[in-house]
Amino acid sequence: MKVAEIFETLSYGPAPESAAAANAWLDEHKRKFDLFINNQWHAPKDGQYFATRNPATGDTLAEVADAGAADVDAAYQAARAAFEAWRKQSGHTRARYLYAIARGIQKHQRLLAVIESLDNGKPIRESRDLDVPLVARHFYHHAGWAQLMEQELPGYQPVGVVGQIIPWNFPLLMLAWKIAPAIAMGNTVVIKPAPYTPLSALLFAEIVAEAGLPPGVINIVTGGDKSGAAIVEHAGFDKIAFTGSTHVGRILRRATAGTGKRLSLELGGKSPYVVFDSADQDAAIEGLVDAIWFNQGQVCCAGSRLLVQENIAPRFLNKLKLRMSKLRIGDPLDKGIDIGAVVDPVQWHTIDGWVKRGLAEGAEMFQPEGELPAKGCFYRPTLLTNVGPASAVVQEEIFGPVLTAMTFRTPKEAVALANNTRYGLAASVWSENINLAIDVARKIKAGSVWVNCTNMFDAASGFGGYRESGFGREGGKEGLYEYVRPAWQARPRPQLSGAAANGTWGKSVPGRPAPLNGKAGDGVAIDRTAKLFIGGKQKRPDGNYSRAVQAPDGHTVGYVADGNYKDIRDAVEAAHAASKWAESSGHTRAQILYYIGENLAARAAEFAARIVAMSGRTTEDARAEVDAAISRLFSYAAWADKYGGSIQETTLRGITLAVHEPLGVIGIACPDEYPLLGFVALVAAAIARGNTVVALPSPTQPLSATDLYQVLETSDVPAGVVNIVTGARDALAKTLAEHDDVDAVWYFGDAEGCRQVEMLAASNMKRTWVGYGERRDWLDAHQGMGEEFLREATQVKNIWVPTGE
Amino acid sequence: MTHERNPGIPLDMGWVNQVRVNLSATERRAATLTTRRSIKKEWQAAWLLHAITLIDLTTLQGDDTPGNVIRLCAKARQPVRDDLLAALDMAGKPVQVGAVCVYHSRVADAVRALEGTTIPVAAVSTGFPAGQSPYKQRIAEIRESVAAGAKEIDIVISREHVLTGNWEALYNETCEMRAACGDAHMKSILATGDLATLRNVGMASLVCMMGGSDFIKTSTGKEDVNATLEVSLVMTRAIRDYHERTQYQVGFKPAGGIRTAKQALNWMILMKEELGDEWLQPHLFRLGASALLTDIERQLSHFATGRYAAKHHMPMV
Repeated sequence: MKVAEIFETLSYGPAPESAAAANAWLDEHKRKFDLFINNQWHAPKDGQYFATRNPATGDTLAEVADAGAADVDAAYQAARAAFEAWRKQSGHTRARYLYAIARGIQKHQRLLAVIESLDNGKPIRESRDLDVPLVARHFYHHAGWAQLMEQELPGYQPVGVVGQIIPWNFPLLMLAWKIAPAIAMGNTVVIKPAPYTPLSALLFAEIVAEAGLPPGVINIVTGGDKSGAAIVEHAGFDKIAFTGSTHVGRILRRATAGTGKRLSLELGGKSPYVVFDSADQDAAIEGLVDAIWFNQGQVCCAGSRLLVQENIAPRFLNKLKLRMSKLRIGDPLDKGIDIGAVVDPVQWHTIDGWVKRGLAEGAEMFQPEGELPAKGCFYRPTLLTNVGPASAVVQEEIFGPVLTAMTFRTPKEAVALANNTRYGLAASVWSENINLAIDVARKIKAGSVWVNCTNMFDAASGFGGYRESGFGREGGKEGLYEYVRPAWQARPRPQLSGAAANGTWGKSVPGRPAPLNGKAGDGVAIDRTAKLFIGGKQKRPDGNYSRAVQAPDGHTVGYVADGNYKDIRDAVEAAHAASKWAESSGHTRAQILYYIGENLAARAAEFAARIVAMSGRTTEDARAEVDAAISRLFSYAAWADKYGGSIQETTLRGITLAVHEPLGVIGIACPDEYPLLGFVALVAAAIARGNTVVALPSPTQPLSATDLYQVLETSDVPAGVVNIVTGARDALAKTLAEHDDVDAVWYFGDAEGCRQVEMLAASNMKRTWVGYGERRDWLDAHQGMGEEFLREATQVKNIWVPTGE
Repeated sequence: MTHERNPGIPLDMGWVNQVRVNLSATERRAATLTTRRSIKKEWQAAWLLHAITLIDLTTLQGDDTPGNVIRLCAKARQPVRDDLLAALDMAGKPVQVGAVCVYHSRVADAVRALEGTTIPVAAVSTGFPAGQSPYKQRIAEIRESVAAGAKEIDIVISREHVLTGNWEALYNETCEMRAACGDAHMKSILATGDLATLRNVGMASLVCMMGGSDFIKTSTGKEDVNATLEVSLVMTRAIRDYHERTQYQVGFKPAGGIRTAKQALNWMILMKEELGDEWLQPHLFRLGASALLTDIERQLSHFATGRYAAKHHMPMV
């Protein structure tokens, strides 16, 4: 085009970033890559390769090894062999390696960015200015955690060998989020990049080798679902970390259930983007560009559900359409484009399928005009209006540049709409009224809430979801705990009974009178058959059956109500009705926990006697348990106002708040042993942090828990905060684990039960905390009380609040 | 190009009070605006040539004399060397600056020096730069500059009215100044570096447009902080808002500290993205600058020859 012509039109021209170095690098590898194991390239054992393509052109970039189970095992063996030496390195030594990787990334940052854009289709601006700098930042930050591990995480050990599976939307960044905390904490890893986008990980492999990491600490195996399955099914891994769809996350939850492998899942989202009439609307419009048209909308935390206050909606949507018409779509390597290529034709058709479904359901669509490149996988930015909470496009994650817009009338309605989703990954709230913005940020159920900003990420802040967006955090101190376990705890090796295989687990026949066994009852004593404790009241069980509680010698100590699934249903309802407990002050919760302790202490002898009667233990032993339970109540009363969260030192100018929020309703299946202490230790931890609970007492010795009814009633515990259902623990636990409105299940029964609970929890991806049938010393301060309990009772929400006027 | 001047509208405090500006979000947009666009090669040359037509070539110094003002005007008439224009295939094309901007005392010199051209003379006025001189004198100053031949008047607002929230006084002052300008176009300098907050900038922008400004301008060049992309974003969004509600188009002029070709391109990108192509024309967009022109010439020379240019090869301002 002629200068004179452009002088008149002032059009934009092409401004391509050179791919010369990237192509040279690919050529030097003859456009064929093997597996990175022990810092060396290994050809896949069965000789299979697959092509990775440039989605902007459809051209094949390279052939990449397709790892089979034998290759995954070779990588695992390398990681296992490297583990002991790596974990024994000083934190300082590991810090040096992480630092070397960070520097290596910076040295090759433009090459990494170009490779990323070539392989993924994302605009070079994003890979250059966001992805790669965040990758370097992640390694720097975690070099620091390696350095500080001995001081900051005393009493913790690495988890072991970790299998990691990452998605294609941020290939290198997700790799960094997985690898940096893992190796900082002394684990070794086998990571599998996504088959659409393996190249940046392979360039990273060379940076690892250049940094001189001990062979085997980081192993990179490329491949598809088959390779991923080989990692998940490999018995050796101590942990699986996954980022991807909720669908696959659910499969992984089930596949790892009961194995004792740790699991962290960062899954899908349908994040609300809430704009109040008090917002800087132009800022909110620009935020939307970053929310839903960042990386072609292929972002798990994309702000894909616009909720705008009704009184400003028409004007706001007009502004939005105008802004959309300015977005430039084209060659990802062009420095002047906003939207690049969707990762693959398969994804393009998925997006288009959702949009078509939306239109069929009555949505109105706006897409800006303008030319798209003649070939390649490009999708126009899309706005869907005239949609409602019932629309599929509002409920389901589209993973593309598609925004749905709805209106709300009041802050309360905004929160209700925001939370009307099975996901809970992120949210944005826009208002210049700080009172309103922070209040709404607290009420939206999501792991990251961005106030007057969006899609902010930093290594110092944990990222991860509530609800079906998964569990576990990446980044921040909270993210480190995904890669450590308490020093006292060995890797669980659950001994499964096989009860599931014959279909008997969780089945129960209602209770009946105990066999007499020659031991007659005492008709003179007034009968005290414990009922259930639901919603602050003692209630008869739905089925009107009772179960005998027998001492080891076979004589009947008493009867408890035999609860069933309907009683669980009622108890969960009652627990939800008590959700205001979460909003009560820590001081209030502390007062009540102290009061429970006080009332328990007043009846200590009676509780001890009950333990003796049920268990045949000595009075001294029973008294120690009661005293420990009282101590636990004091401990959690103390923690009730001392675990609220912290300030994260992110790169944001402003404040990033890590708020430790309660999970909601927790189902707790208490251990058989320590009928009082086990119950108190778990329930007190849960309610101290604002959860409400449905507790299933020790099945063999439930009377310690039922005796607590009167203690709870006299201690000002609000109705519904603690609900207790006696009966067949596993049958009741099954209902809890399956219940879609229960937020977490803790299970301390046998290994088979743990497996079942983890399996069933996949229905709504509720968090689980299980003992795998391995003994825990409930009297021990670390095992029976540690920080682990507080972490299990909370989830971290990071609220980002930029400041400045 | 002619367009309907903004006559102003009654002061609408309901509207003014709705202004909300989030600093961090504005900063983020400002920071990424220019990383989202890249102007290279022919496009860069063409955009820079166009940038020249947007420049209010300015000298505002205590030691300005007829001599250096006449030299400035000569540069305004012929801002790019003929050989460069020819190399760019632009020989004979209308490449001249948007205006020459001087103090009142130099208006007559500039008008004489620009005789025979269409380049207007702009005068800074109303007690520039602080605006702290007697009000009547400030109004009279406008009339005198117009009488001396200035076609554009760059007034400074009373920052006091913004900082004390006396929007009515700011509005009335702007209306009177506009009346004093008559046919001369009025650019209202907000002196954003003095206004403390972006919200103040947004509110003052609206009030000045309601008062009938033809342009709103960031700075005098004498404040501690002059033109920034952040305040420019707030002001251009106010212009967009005003246009949306009244249909009147108001121009924008960043000034102070714009010295490089790269900066000029950044502001042009901002205008194109936030307001659209029409706001890239001199009747709606000016860049207040002096040294900028030389840097643009050097970039054009680089494009034309492929070699980096020396400053002393460019005719000085």
